[in-house]
Amino acid sequence: MISLRITFYILSVVILTATAMAITRKNLVHAVLYLIQSFFATAILFYLLGAPLLAALEVIIYAGAIMVLFLFIIMTLIGGETQAGHGRRQWIFPAILGTVSILVAFFLIYESPATQAGLEPAMVRPIVFGQYLFSTYWLPVEIVSLLLFVALAGALYLGRHKAASPAETEVGQ
Amino acid sequence: MIAPYNEVIMLSIFVFFLGAVCSVSRRNLIMILVGVEIMLNAAGIALIGGSLRWGVLDGQVFVIFIMALAAAEVSVGLALIIYSHKRTGSVNSDAYSQLRG
Repeated sequence: MISLRITFYILSVVILTATAMAITRKNLVHAVLYLIQSFFATAILFYLLGAPLLAALEVIIYAGAIMVLFLFIIMTLIGGETQAGHGRRQWIFPAILGTVSILVAFFLIYESPATQAGLEPAMVRPIVFGQYLFSTYWLPVEIVSLLLFVALAGALYLGRHKAASPAETEVGQ
Repeated sequence: MIAPYNEVIMLSIFVFFLGAVCSVSRRNLIMILVGVEIMLNAAGIALIGGSLRWGVLDGQVFVIFIMALAAAEVSVGLALIIYSHKRTGSVNSDAYSQLRG
């Protein structure tokens, strides 16, 4: 079982490296492509942690739908141009504060007895997971579907073409 | 054993931290949304690790809800970015300074 542990560390390194590369790229298309790699590694990590259905959904929804939507918007609005950098000096101090709090959180999590249990390999079959989801959480599923419908209506409302609205004429003045 | 539970949580914290840095330090509205996506993904890693730790399915169920939430959030967010781009001609958050006198 030591090989599963090595797999976990390899996946962690891939996820962290790809995410770090993604958030530092000046070119937005490169950033999104690195992020897709990060989500693929995350999907394999989900499979390793016993969630094969969620691994598939991670690839389909995150890497497939959401990131392609990002690529569409980047291509539509700004193309492949690189973004100008900004000064680094102004966030050195916030970075130090954030790093200190992260280190304290690491210490607490590492020392807490509740988190030191080892994770044994287990796998939930998608049919069991689906039956649990739709029997125990049927009301949240309906609410989420309503949320998706509202998001669809909102996106359509924001993206519609119109001649002149009061808000735009106000900005024009 | 795959890994101790605290190492899964630490990976989740690291990824969440990277997403927070991306959201805070980048000026581009699209990269701010990307940072939010990274943070939601990190929450998913923590929930699935907890689901395996305690052997209950609720953590995985909530990852399903997080994915639906991320899809809804990114569609509305990108529509807002396009709308703002129509009004100001920029996706840089420094360009939104209409309240300045």
